[in-house]
Amino acid sequence: MSKTLAIELRPTSRRKPFNVVRWYQSGGFTAVLFAVPIVLIFLYFTWGPIVQGVVLSVQRTNLVSAASWVGLKNFEFVLTDPGLPQAALNTGYYALLGLVFGFPVPILIAVFINELRKYDWMYNLLAYLPAVVPPVAGILLWKFFYDPSGEGIFNTMLGWFGVGPLPWLNSEAMAMPSLVLYTTWAGAGATAIIYLAAIGGISSELYEAAEIDGAGIWSRLWHITIPQLRNIIFIMMLLQLIGTFQLFTEPFLFTGGGPNNATQTIMLKIYNYAFINGDYGAATALSVLLAIFLCLLSVVYHFVTKRWSPS
Amino acid sequence: MSAIGTQVTVSLVEPAVLDAVPRAKKKLVVAKERGAISSADRKRPIVKASMWIIQILMFIGLLVAGFGPIAWSARAAVSGSQQIITDPTGIWFSPVFWVNLVHAWNGAQIGSSLGNTVIVAVGCTISTLFISTTGAYLLSVLRPKWSPVLSGAVLATLFLPGVISLVPLYLTILHMPVIGVSLQNTFWAVWLPAGASAFNVIVLKRFFDSIPRELIEAAKIDGAGPLRVLTTLVIPLSRPIIGVVALLTIVASWKDFLWPMLVLTDPNLQPVSVTLGGFANGTSQPFSVQMAAVFLTIIIPVILFAIFQKQFLRGVSSAGGIKG
Repeated sequence: MSKTLAIELRPTSRRKPFNVVRWYQSGGFTAVLFAVPIVLIFLYFTWGPIVQGVVLSVQRTNLVSAASWVGLKNFEFVLTDPGLPQAALNTGYYALLGLVFGFPVPILIAVFINELRKYDWMYNLLAYLPAVVPPVAGILLWKFFYDPSGEGIFNTMLGWFGVGPLPWLNSEAMAMPSLVLYTTWAGAGATAIIYLAAIGGISSELYEAAEIDGAGIWSRLWHITIPQLRNIIFIMMLLQLIGTFQLFTEPFLFTGGGPNNATQTIMLKIYNYAFINGDYGAATALSVLLAIFLCLLSVVYHFVTKRWSPS
Repeated sequence: MSAIGTQVTVSLVEPAVLDAVPRAKKKLVVAKERGAISSADRKRPIVKASMWIIQILMFIGLLVAGFGPIAWSARAAVSGSQQIITDPTGIWFSPVFWVNLVHAWNGAQIGSSLGNTVIVAVGCTISTLFISTTGAYLLSVLRPKWSPVLSGAVLATLFLPGVISLVPLYLTILHMPVIGVSLQNTFWAVWLPAGASAFNVIVLKRFFDSIPRELIEAAKIDGAGPLRVLTTLVIPLSRPIIGVVALLTIVASWKDFLWPMLVLTDPNLQPVSVTLGGFANGTSQPFSVQMAAVFLTIIIPVILFAIFQKQFLRGVSSAGGIKG
């Protein structure tokens, strides 16, 4: 009320005095009505929780007694947790393995399917099938496939070639690569479709020009297809990195973080802090740290890849 | 979850949003002309032979990787527990255990969980579409004076990874501020947060921005109110992009595990991903029934995919067009 009065008292200002009737007639009220759902939902489920996340990270709360301010104690607790270095290393190791072994697979599939002149839809379909399988069902299946005994499916198949039996999820060294193998299987087809659309957009004149210049098939793939895909490759790489740093479902269901913490990830730690120990302060403190890390990663990545792009 | 990444992507390729679907179609036609291998190359015997070998190897590889697990789960679903464990790779088997499927459907509650999954997916889609179309319409067409503020606030959340709000979001569901109710063990706990997707709002806003203003002005002169412009003009024109948003939401909610597990603790409300996840951590159900449950969970999306594969793959690749 006082605000409206103040404006009305200053007729010299260039702004027209606020008029409820005119505001209503020009659609101001309708706009507010349209804003209600999005503002309410974002307040409750996005903006509110983000602010609350930062606040909780400097508080001690257990939902029963009132929250008390503890400053940076939660961060101190999280950073001195003896399990943290291992979890951070595991998460980084998983991201690295995924990047080195998992990342090229969909690109290869897409390049191959693009060269087919017949039956390409069938390859497409087969490659995409794993992405249709709900992750939890896929994990239950693969958990059985990873049976470490000689009768396990993968070990039997390896046995045909005289390899194995491998311990898979039961050994510290092989547990993480096994998770990467599963996530590659589950994700490659869906990513390949995106690459396939991008490859289809490459101008055929480029290939023709290269062919006239005497470039072979491999050098055409290496010097035209891959560089033309550069932007999308950078984007998919960042998306994969962000996704892998928030890895949860696979280690949670496959191994529960074991054996001997070999698959303990940052997200599992956050889950354990919050929903096993009920220590919401520590959980949000670690979440804030991970979020800051991912933001920094994205910013650095953005500038580094920008430098590599010619345009 | 991958907030920042999606933001980078959206800003990199705005124009792709405008005609995502038609372009994808055009590309497919163009792609048929040639790839890295020219038709002259294809006549050379070495290329011909190696293409054949690669094709066969890839076919076997993809068949084993893509179809193998599904076929195996089908086989395990109708075998006895003993048979699955002692002879997992046996191709010949007698499907005498049809009763597994019945046990899984009724005893292991897969039937009702699948129903819950459908309820969750439909509700999430409705909530996402409602929030993001009204929001995008407000920011793109109505454009009140304060819309840049709202637009910025929505955009800013894209920059933050989802992990930061997981725990506070859970606490919000347990005790909604101001109204003071708990949404735990109601479907609203899954439906409503799904609507708060900045990515979908931005994608729809970009698409609405591409609708010629003359059309909207003409409709207004003809006496159409804001709601009428939205329902009879903007939404019909944006059908392809709305379809893509709906598809992505359905797929995401079908796959989601952690969030429904946290907020739906009542077994009668849990979607199938959570019910199956419970098996991974020990269950009293016999192994063959577990495998039958896995099979039932896999086969429904696979059948839907087989029926709608064309629309599905086109939708996913145009979503890729938005992303990249």
